[in-house]
Amino acid sequence: MEHFPPPFFRRGPPPQVRLLLCSLLSVALLIADARYGYLEGIRMVVSVVVYPLQRLAGAPRGLLDSLGEFFVTQNALRTENAKLATQSLSEAVVLRKYAALAAENAHLRDLLDARQRYPESTVFAEVLYAGRDVFTRKIVIDKGQQHGVKPGQPVIDQIGIVGQVTRIYPWLSEVTLITDKEQAVPVQSLRNGLRAVIGGTGHDGQLELKFIPLNADFQVGDQLVTSGIDGVYPPGLPVAEIATVERNAAYLFARIVCKPLAGVTSHRQVLVLNWENKLPERPVDEPKAAPRPKKPRRGA
Amino acid sequence: MQSRDFSLLPVSGVFIIITFIAALLVNLMPWSGWWVYVKPDLVALVVLYWCIQQPRKVGFASAWLLGLVMDVAEGSLFGQHALAYSVLAFAGIVLHRRVLMFTMRDQVLHVLVLLLMNDAIVLAVRMFAGAAFPGFRYFIGSVTAAILWPALTYIFKLPQRPAPDPDRA
Repeated sequence: MEHFPPPFFRRGPPPQVRLLLCSLLSVALLIADARYGYLEGIRMVVSVVVYPLQRLAGAPRGLLDSLGEFFVTQNALRTENAKLATQSLSEAVVLRKYAALAAENAHLRDLLDARQRYPESTVFAEVLYAGRDVFTRKIVIDKGQQHGVKPGQPVIDQIGIVGQVTRIYPWLSEVTLITDKEQAVPVQSLRNGLRAVIGGTGHDGQLELKFIPLNADFQVGDQLVTSGIDGVYPPGLPVAEIATVERNAAYLFARIVCKPLAGVTSHRQVLVLNWENKLPERPVDEPKAAPRPKKPRRGA
Repeated sequence: MQSRDFSLLPVSGVFIIITFIAALLVNLMPWSGWWVYVKPDLVALVVLYWCIQQPRKVGFASAWLLGLVMDVAEGSLFGQHALAYSVLAFAGIVLHRRVLMFTMRDQVLHVLVLLLMNDAIVLAVRMFAGAAFPGFRYFIGSVTAAILWPALTYIFKLPQRPAPDPDRA
Protein backbone atom coordinates (compact mmCIF):
# COMPACT_ATOMS: atom_id res chain seq x y z
CA MET A 1 0.00 0.00 0.00
CA GLU A 2 1.19 3.52 -0.80
CA HIS A 3 2.29 5.60 2.13
CA PHE A 4 1.21 9.24 2.24
CA PRO A 5 2.30 11.76 4.83
CA PRO A 6 -0.41 12.74 7.28
CA PRO A 7 -2.50 15.65 6.01
CA PHE A 8 -1.81 18.08 8.90
CA PHE A 9 1.08 19.78 7.13
CA ARG A 10 -0.31 20.03 3.67
CA ARG A 11 1.35 23.05 2.06
CA GLY A 12 0.30 22.84 -1.53
CA PRO A 13 2.85 22.74 -4.32
CA PRO A 14 6.47 23.51 -3.44
CA PRO A 15 7.81 27.06 -3.94
CA GLN A 16 9.69 26.15 -7.10
CA VAL A 17 6.47 25.11 -8.81
CA ARG A 18 4.67 28.24 -7.63
CA LEU A 19 7.51 30.43 -8.83
CA LEU A 20 7.40 28.77 -12.22
CA LEU A 21 3.64 29.33 -12.42
CA CYS A 22 3.87 33.01 -11.41
CA SER A 23 6.77 33.66 -13.75
CA LEU A 24 5.00 32.04 -16.67
CA LEU A 25 1.89 34.10 -15.99
CA SER A 26 3.95 37.29 -15.75
CA VAL A 27 5.86 36.55 -18.91
CA ALA A 28 2.60 35.82 -20.70
CA LEU A 29 1.27 39.18 -19.53
CA LEU A 30 4.48 40.91 -20.58
CA ILE A 31 4.35 39.46 -24.06
CA ALA A 32 0.65 40.14 -24.45
CA ASP A 33 1.19 43.76 -23.38
CA ALA A 34 4.49 44.65 -25.01
CA ARG A 35 4.02 42.75 -28.24
CA TYR A 36 0.29 42.81 -28.90
CA GLY A 37 -1.24 45.42 -26.55
CA TYR A 38 -4.12 43.14 -25.61
CA LEU A 39 -4.44 44.17 -22.00
CA GLU A 40 -5.79 47.73 -22.06
CA GLY A 41 -9.13 46.44 -20.74
CA ILE A 42 -7.57 44.78 -17.69
CA ARG A 43 -5.43 47.85 -17.13
CA MET A 44 -8.61 49.97 -17.06
CA VAL A 45 -10.23 47.69 -14.46
CA VAL A 46 -7.19 47.63 -12.18
CA SER A 47 -6.76 51.38 -12.58
CA VAL A 48 -10.28 51.96 -11.26
CA VAL A 49 -9.29 50.01 -8.13
CA VAL A 50 -5.99 51.87 -7.78
CA TYR A 51 -7.47 55.32 -8.48
CA PRO A 52 -8.57 56.15 -4.89
CA LEU A 53 -5.15 55.09 -3.60
CA GLN A 54 -3.48 57.33 -6.15
CA ARG A 55 -5.57 60.32 -5.15
CA LEU A 56 -4.96 59.60 -1.48
CA ALA A 57 -1.21 59.34 -2.03
CA GLY A 58 -1.25 62.67 -3.84
CA ALA A 59 -3.15 64.36 -1.01
CA PRO A 60 -0.16 65.31 1.21
CA ARG A 61 1.44 67.25 -1.62
CA GLY A 62 -1.81 69.12 -2.31
CA LEU A 63 -1.97 69.94 1.39
CA LEU A 64 1.63 71.20 1.35
CA ASP A 65 0.88 73.33 -1.68
CA SER A 66 -2.15 74.94 -0.07
CA LEU A 67 -0.13 75.49 3.13
CA GLY A 68 2.55 77.20 1.04
CA GLU A 69 -0.11 79.40 -0.58
CA PHE A 70 -1.34 80.37 2.85
CA PHE A 71 2.05 81.71 3.86
CA VAL A 72 2.76 83.69 0.68
CA THR A 73 3.71 87.20 1.68
CA GLN A 74 1.75 90.20 0.52
CA ASN A 75 4.89 91.59 -1.05
CA ALA A 76 5.35 88.50 -3.25
CA LEU A 77 1.70 88.69 -4.31
CA ARG A 78 1.99 92.37 -5.22
CA THR A 79 5.13 91.79 -7.25
CA GLU A 80 3.49 88.94 -9.09
CA ASN A 81 0.35 90.96 -9.66
CA ALA A 82 2.31 93.85 -11.13
CA LYS A 83 4.23 91.46 -13.37
CA LEU A 84 1.04 89.80 -14.60
CA ALA A 85 -0.58 93.19 -15.29
CA THR A 86 2.37 94.26 -17.46
CA GLN A 87 2.33 90.94 -19.24
CA SER A 88 -1.39 91.03 -19.96
CA LEU A 89 -1.06 94.59 -21.25
CA SER A 90 1.70 93.66 -23.68
CA GLU A 91 -0.21 90.56 -24.73
CA ALA A 92 -3.42 92.53 -25.25
CA VAL A 93 -1.72 94.50 -28.01
CA VAL A 94 -0.59 91.29 -29.68
CA LEU A 95 -4.05 89.79 -29.30
CA ARG A 96 -5.71 92.77 -30.99
CA LYS A 97 -3.42 92.28 -33.92
CA TYR A 98 -4.05 88.54 -33.83
CA ALA A 99 -7.83 88.95 -34.09
CA ALA A 100 -7.43 91.21 -37.10
CA LEU A 101 -4.90 88.85 -38.68
CA ALA A 102 -7.07 85.78 -38.03
CA ALA A 103 -10.03 87.48 -39.74
CA GLU A 104 -7.83 88.48 -42.63
CA ASN A 105 -6.36 84.99 -42.86
CA ALA A 106 -9.82 83.39 -42.92
CA HIS A 107 -10.87 85.81 -45.61
CA LEU A 108 -7.79 85.10 -47.72
CA ARG A 109 -8.21 81.39 -47.29
CA ASP A 110 -11.82 81.76 -48.41
CA LEU A 111 -10.66 83.63 -51.44
CA LEU A 112 -8.07 81.00 -52.24
CA ASP A 113 -10.52 78.22 -51.41
CA ALA A 114 -7.97 76.70 -49.02
CA ARG A 115 -8.92 74.42 -46.19
CA GLN A 116 -9.89 76.26 -43.00
CA ARG A 117 -7.91 75.57 -39.91
CA TYR A 118 -10.30 73.98 -37.49
CA PRO A 119 -10.90 75.80 -34.26
CA GLU A 120 -9.69 73.76 -31.34
CA SER A 121 -11.24 73.25 -27.94
CA THR A 122 -9.12 72.52 -24.90
CA VAL A 123 -9.41 70.52 -21.72
CA PHE A 124 -7.66 72.05 -18.72
CA ALA A 125 -5.81 69.47 -16.66
CA GLU A 126 -3.56 69.42 -13.63
CA VAL A 127 -0.49 67.25 -13.45
CA LEU A 128 -0.96 64.69 -10.70
CA TYR A 129 2.54 63.31 -10.67
CA ALA A 130 5.47 62.92 -12.96
CA GLY A 131 7.68 60.15 -14.12
CA ARG A 132 7.77 57.33 -11.55
CA ASP A 133 8.78 54.88 -14.22
CA VAL A 134 12.46 55.75 -14.70
CA PHE A 135 12.56 54.22 -18.17
CA THR A 136 10.14 56.64 -19.78
CA ARG A 137 9.32 60.33 -19.59
CA LYS A 138 5.65 60.52 -18.72
CA ILE A 139 3.26 62.54 -16.61
CA VAL A 140 -0.18 61.64 -15.33
CA ILE A 141 -2.91 64.28 -15.56
CA ASP A 142 -6.23 64.39 -13.74
CA LYS A 143 -8.52 64.31 -16.79
CA GLY A 144 -9.44 61.11 -18.58
CA GLN A 145 -11.98 59.39 -20.75
CA GLN A 146 -14.85 60.87 -18.74
CA HIS A 147 -13.68 64.39 -19.59
CA GLY A 148 -13.37 63.75 -23.31
CA VAL A 149 -9.64 63.13 -23.48
CA LYS A 150 -8.67 60.79 -26.30
CA PRO A 151 -5.41 59.01 -26.96
CA GLY A 152 -3.20 60.85 -29.41
CA GLN A 153 -4.23 64.36 -28.45
CA PRO A 154 -1.44 66.90 -28.08
CA VAL A 155 -0.78 68.47 -24.68
CA ILE A 156 0.55 72.02 -24.37
CA ASP A 157 1.32 74.54 -21.68
CA GLN A 158 1.31 78.32 -22.02
CA ILE A 159 4.51 78.24 -24.09
CA GLY A 160 4.40 75.23 -26.34
CA ILE A 161 4.18 71.49 -26.82
CA VAL A 162 4.59 69.33 -23.71
CA GLY A 163 3.69 65.92 -25.04
CA GLN A 164 0.97 63.66 -26.30
CA VAL A 165 -1.76 61.66 -24.57
CA THR A 166 -0.73 58.04 -24.96
CA ARG A 167 -3.03 56.13 -22.65
CA ILE A 168 -6.33 56.97 -21.07
CA TYR A 169 -8.05 55.73 -17.94
CA PRO A 170 -11.57 56.64 -16.81
CA TRP A 171 -10.43 59.64 -14.74
CA LEU A 172 -6.74 59.93 -15.53
CA SER A 173 -4.58 59.91 -18.56
CA GLU A 174 -0.93 59.38 -19.27
CA VAL A 175 0.98 61.91 -21.29
CA THR A 176 4.26 60.94 -22.92
CA LEU A 177 6.54 63.96 -22.84
CA ILE A 178 8.38 65.07 -25.97
CA THR A 179 11.64 64.24 -24.19
CA ASP A 180 10.73 60.52 -24.14
CA LYS A 181 13.02 58.40 -26.23
CA GLU A 182 10.18 57.01 -28.33
CA GLN A 183 8.41 60.29 -28.96
CA ALA A 184 8.81 62.25 -32.19
CA VAL A 185 7.33 65.57 -33.32
CA PRO A 186 7.46 66.93 -36.86
CA VAL A 187 8.82 70.47 -36.73
CA GLN A 188 9.72 73.35 -38.96
CA SER A 189 12.34 76.03 -38.48
CA LEU A 190 10.82 79.48 -38.04
CA ARG A 191 13.80 81.14 -39.73
CA ASN A 192 13.74 79.35 -43.06
CA GLY A 193 10.85 76.88 -42.98
CA LEU A 194 13.06 73.78 -43.13
CA ARG A 195 11.16 70.71 -41.97
CA ALA A 196 12.55 68.02 -39.73
CA VAL A 197 11.57 65.49 -37.10
CA ILE A 198 12.53 66.15 -33.51
CA GLY A 199 12.77 63.33 -31.03
CA GLY A 200 13.42 62.90 -27.34
CA THR A 201 16.69 61.58 -26.00
CA GLY A 202 15.32 60.09 -22.80
CA HIS A 203 17.00 62.84 -20.76
CA ASP A 204 15.17 65.77 -19.24
CA GLY A 205 15.53 69.01 -21.09
CA GLN A 206 17.11 67.59 -24.22
CA LEU A 207 15.74 66.93 -27.69
CA GLU A 208 17.47 65.98 -30.89
CA LEU A 209 16.80 66.68 -34.53
CA LYS A 210 17.01 63.37 -36.29
CA PHE A 211 18.51 62.42 -39.63
CA ILE A 212 19.59 65.91 -40.66
CA PRO A 213 22.17 66.00 -43.46
CA LEU A 214 25.44 67.73 -42.60
CA ASN A 215 24.84 70.66 -44.91
CA ALA A 216 21.30 71.48 -43.76
CA ASP A 217 20.81 75.08 -42.72
CA PHE A 218 20.12 74.77 -39.01
CA GLN A 219 21.84 77.21 -36.69
CA VAL A 220 22.16 77.62 -32.96
CA GLY A 221 19.22 79.67 -31.68
CA ASP A 222 16.77 78.67 -34.41
CA GLN A 223 13.21 78.39 -33.12
CA LEU A 224 11.40 75.20 -34.07
CA VAL A 225 7.60 75.05 -34.27
CA THR A 226 5.28 72.20 -35.16
CA SER A 227 4.80 71.86 -38.88
CA GLY A 228 1.37 70.28 -38.63
CA ILE A 229 1.84 67.96 -41.56
CA ASP A 230 1.42 64.88 -39.36
CA GLY A 231 -2.17 65.75 -38.50
CA VAL A 232 -1.50 65.18 -34.81
CA TYR A 233 -0.11 68.51 -33.68
CA PRO A 234 -1.67 71.75 -34.89
CA PRO A 235 0.83 73.82 -36.89
CA GLY A 236 2.76 76.70 -35.40
CA LEU A 237 3.15 75.63 -31.78
CA PRO A 238 6.62 76.32 -30.36
CA VAL A 239 8.57 73.14 -29.61
CA ALA A 240 12.25 73.81 -29.07
CA GLU A 241 15.25 75.97 -29.67
CA ILE A 242 18.49 74.67 -31.14
CA ALA A 243 21.19 74.60 -28.48
CA THR A 244 24.19 73.03 -30.19
CA VAL A 245 24.96 71.99 -33.74
CA GLU A 246 27.75 69.52 -34.28
CA ARG A 247 28.82 68.76 -37.83
CA ASN A 248 31.35 65.98 -37.98
CA ALA A 249 32.18 64.72 -41.43
CA ALA A 250 32.86 61.28 -39.95
CA TYR A 251 29.15 60.80 -39.41
CA LEU A 252 26.34 60.69 -41.88
CA PHE A 253 24.09 63.11 -40.02
CA ALA A 254 24.59 66.32 -38.08
CA ARG A 255 24.07 66.08 -34.36
CA ILE A 256 21.67 68.87 -33.41
CA VAL A 257 20.68 69.11 -29.77
CA CYS A 258 17.72 71.27 -28.86
CA LYS A 259 16.22 72.60 -25.66
CA PRO A 260 12.44 72.24 -25.23
CA LEU A 261 10.69 75.58 -24.85
CA ALA A 262 7.68 74.48 -22.82
CA GLY A 263 8.27 73.69 -19.18
CA VAL A 264 8.34 70.00 -19.95
CA THR A 265 9.33 69.02 -16.42
CA SER A 266 8.23 71.95 -14.33
CA HIS A 267 4.57 72.68 -15.08
CA ARG A 268 1.61 71.91 -12.87
CA GLN A 269 -1.18 72.87 -15.30
CA VAL A 270 -1.48 71.83 -18.91
CA LEU A 271 -4.02 72.00 -21.72
CA VAL A 272 -5.14 69.00 -23.75
CA LEU A 273 -5.97 70.10 -27.28
CA ASN A 274 -9.08 68.59 -28.76
CA TRP A 275 -7.92 69.09 -32.28
CA GLU A 276 -9.28 67.06 -35.08
CA ASN A 277 -7.55 67.41 -38.34
CA LYS A 278 -9.68 66.14 -41.16
CA LEU A 279 -7.05 65.26 -43.66
CA PRO A 280 -8.18 64.18 -47.10
CA GLU A 281 -8.09 60.46 -47.74
CA ARG A 282 -4.68 59.05 -48.38
CA PRO A 283 -4.24 58.29 -52.04
CA VAL A 284 -4.41 54.63 -52.83
CA ASP A 285 -1.00 53.00 -52.91
CA GLU A 286 0.18 51.61 -56.17
CA PRO A 287 -0.49 47.90 -56.33
CA LYS A 288 2.55 46.10 -55.05
CA ALA A 289 4.50 43.80 -57.28
CA ALA A 290 3.76 40.15 -56.73
CA PRO A 291 5.60 38.91 -53.64
CA ARG A 292 8.92 37.41 -54.45
CA PRO A 293 9.53 33.84 -53.44
CA LYS A 294 11.09 33.67 -49.98
CA LYS A 295 14.81 33.58 -49.97
CA PRO A 296 16.84 32.08 -47.16
CA ARG A 297 18.17 34.95 -45.00
CA ARG A 298 21.79 33.94 -45.04
CA GLY A 299 23.88 32.55 -47.79
CA ALA A 300 22.35 32.93 -51.20
CA MET B 1 18.93 36.91 17.02
CA GLN B 2 18.36 39.35 19.83
CA SER B 3 17.45 37.85 23.16
CA ARG B 4 14.02 38.77 24.41
CA ASP B 5 12.33 38.05 27.68
CA PHE B 6 8.94 37.65 26.06
CA SER B 7 7.58 35.75 23.11
CA LEU B 8 5.78 37.50 20.26
CA LEU B 9 2.06 37.20 19.63
CA PRO B 10 0.89 35.79 16.31
CA VAL B 11 0.66 38.41 13.60
CA SER B 12 -2.82 39.42 12.47
CA GLY B 13 -3.84 39.25 8.83
CA VAL B 14 -5.43 42.68 9.00
CA PHE B 15 -2.12 44.20 10.04
CA ILE B 16 -0.38 42.60 7.05
CA ILE B 17 -2.98 44.05 4.69
CA ILE B 18 -2.61 47.48 6.31
CA THR B 19 1.15 47.40 5.82
CA PHE B 20 0.70 46.51 2.16
CA ILE B 21 -1.69 49.39 1.61
CA ALA B 22 0.61 51.80 3.44
CA ALA B 23 3.57 50.67 1.32
CA LEU B 24 1.52 51.15 -1.85
CA LEU B 25 0.55 54.64 -0.71
CA VAL B 26 4.19 55.59 -0.19
CA ASN B 27 5.11 54.19 -3.60
CA LEU B 28 2.27 56.08 -5.28
CA MET B 29 3.22 59.43 -3.80
CA PRO B 30 4.20 62.01 -6.41
CA TRP B 31 7.98 61.64 -6.30
CA SER B 32 9.84 63.70 -8.83
CA GLY B 33 13.33 64.69 -9.87
CA TRP B 34 16.11 62.86 -8.02
CA TRP B 35 13.67 61.45 -5.52
CA VAL B 36 12.49 59.03 -8.19
CA TYR B 37 15.86 57.32 -7.90
CA VAL B 38 16.45 57.72 -4.18
CA LYS B 39 13.01 56.60 -3.08
CA PRO B 40 12.85 53.02 -1.84
CA ASP B 41 10.46 50.54 -3.42
CA LEU B 42 8.60 49.99 -0.18
CA VAL B 43 6.21 47.44 -1.67
CA ALA B 44 9.15 45.20 -2.58
CA LEU B 45 10.61 45.65 0.89
CA VAL B 46 7.34 44.83 2.65
CA VAL B 47 6.71 41.81 0.43
CA LEU B 48 10.19 40.56 1.25
CA TYR B 49 9.70 41.24 4.96
CA TRP B 50 6.50 39.21 5.21
CA CYS B 51 7.86 36.41 3.03
CA ILE B 52 10.80 36.10 5.40
CA GLN B 53 8.83 36.54 8.62
CA GLN B 54 5.56 34.82 7.74
CA PRO B 55 6.11 32.55 4.75
CA ARG B 56 2.96 30.59 5.61
CA LYS B 57 0.74 33.68 5.41
CA VAL B 58 2.26 35.78 2.65
CA GLY B 59 3.51 34.29 -0.53
CA PHE B 60 3.31 34.29 -4.27
CA ALA B 61 -0.33 35.30 -4.68
CA SER B 62 -0.02 38.57 -2.75
CA ALA B 63 3.36 39.38 -4.28
CA TRP B 64 2.06 38.81 -7.79
CA LEU B 65 -1.11 40.83 -7.28
CA LEU B 66 0.79 43.73 -5.70
CA GLY B 67 3.12 43.62 -8.68
CA LEU B 68 0.17 43.99 -11.05
CA VAL B 69 -1.13 46.95 -9.06
CA MET B 70 2.30 48.60 -9.24
CA ASP B 71 2.45 48.00 -12.98
CA VAL B 72 -0.86 49.75 -13.52
CA ALA B 73 -0.02 52.59 -11.15
CA GLU B 74 3.31 53.24 -12.83
CA GLY B 75 1.89 52.81 -16.30
CA SER B 76 4.76 50.48 -17.07
CA LEU B 77 4.68 47.17 -18.89
CA PHE B 78 2.07 44.76 -17.58
CA GLY B 79 3.78 42.02 -15.58
CA GLN B 80 7.26 43.44 -15.00
CA HIS B 81 6.74 44.09 -11.30
CA ALA B 82 4.61 40.97 -10.99
CA LEU B 83 7.54 38.92 -12.27
CA ALA B 84 10.11 40.70 -10.10
CA TYR B 85 8.02 40.45 -6.93
CA SER B 86 7.32 36.75 -7.55
CA VAL B 87 11.04 36.04 -7.71
CA LEU B 88 11.52 38.18 -4.62
CA ALA B 89 8.83 36.20 -2.78
CA PHE B 90 10.50 32.96 -3.84
CA ALA B 91 13.88 34.13 -2.53
CA GLY B 92 12.29 35.27 0.72
CA ILE B 93 10.46 32.00 1.26
CA VAL B 94 13.45 29.82 0.44
CA LEU B 95 15.85 31.87 2.56
CA HIS B 96 13.57 32.75 5.45
CA ARG B 97 15.14 30.41 7.99
CA ARG B 98 18.64 31.47 7.11
CA VAL B 99 18.19 35.25 6.96
CA LEU B 100 16.66 35.43 10.43
CA MET B 101 19.66 33.60 11.93
CA PHE B 102 21.93 36.55 11.19
CA THR B 103 22.47 39.77 13.08
CA MET B 104 20.62 42.82 11.89
CA ARG B 105 23.63 44.14 9.94
CA ASP B 106 24.02 40.90 8.03
CA GLN B 107 20.29 40.75 7.41
CA VAL B 108 20.57 44.16 5.75
CA LEU B 109 23.24 42.79 3.41
CA HIS B 110 21.01 39.83 2.52
CA VAL B 111 18.08 42.13 1.86
CA LEU B 112 20.22 44.46 -0.24
CA VAL B 113 21.27 41.65 -2.55
CA LEU B 114 17.68 40.42 -2.92
CA LEU B 115 16.37 43.91 -3.67
CA LEU B 116 19.13 44.52 -6.21
CA MET B 117 18.08 41.28 -7.87
CA ASN B 118 14.51 42.60 -7.94
CA ASP B 119 15.73 45.79 -9.66
CA ALA B 120 17.85 43.81 -12.08
CA ILE B 121 14.82 41.79 -13.20
CA VAL B 122 12.78 44.94 -13.90
CA LEU B 123 15.77 46.43 -15.70
CA ALA B 124 16.26 43.31 -17.80
CA VAL B 125 12.59 43.21 -18.79
CA ARG B 126 12.56 46.88 -19.79
CA MET B 127 15.81 46.73 -21.71
CA PHE B 128 14.54 43.66 -23.48
CA ALA B 129 11.45 45.69 -24.44
CA GLY B 130 13.68 48.41 -25.88
CA ALA B 131 14.22 50.96 -23.11
CA ALA B 132 17.54 52.72 -22.56
CA PHE B 133 19.71 52.04 -19.51
CA PRO B 134 18.79 54.72 -16.96
CA GLY B 135 22.24 54.79 -15.34
CA PHE B 136 23.51 53.23 -12.14
CA ARG B 137 21.53 55.71 -10.03
CA TYR B 138 18.64 53.38 -10.81
CA PHE B 139 19.93 51.04 -8.07
CA ILE B 140 20.09 53.69 -5.34
CA GLY B 141 16.51 52.98 -4.32
CA SER B 142 17.41 49.43 -3.27
CA VAL B 143 20.18 50.71 -1.01
CA THR B 144 17.74 53.10 0.67
CA ALA B 145 15.23 50.30 1.08
CA ALA B 146 17.83 47.95 2.59
CA ILE B 147 18.88 50.64 5.07
CA LEU B 148 15.24 50.87 6.15
CA TRP B 149 15.11 47.14 6.98
CA PRO B 150 16.02 47.39 10.72
CA ALA B 151 13.50 50.19 11.29
CA LEU B 152 10.86 48.22 9.41
CA THR B 153 11.56 45.12 11.49
CA TYR B 154 11.22 47.10 14.71
CA ILE B 155 7.99 48.85 13.68
CA PHE B 156 6.30 45.76 12.23
CA LYS B 157 7.02 43.78 15.40
CA LEU B 158 5.40 46.39 17.67
CA PRO B 159 1.81 45.06 17.35
CA GLN B 160 3.11 41.56 18.09
CA ARG B 161 4.53 42.50 21.50
CA PRO B 162 2.43 41.27 24.40
CA ALA B 163 0.90 43.81 26.76
CA PRO B 164 3.18 44.35 29.76
CA ASP B 165 2.36 41.87 32.51
CA PRO B 166 1.53 43.75 35.75
CA ASP B 167 2.61 40.74 37.87
CA ARG B 168 6.14 40.87 36.54
CA ALA B 169 8.63 43.73 36.64
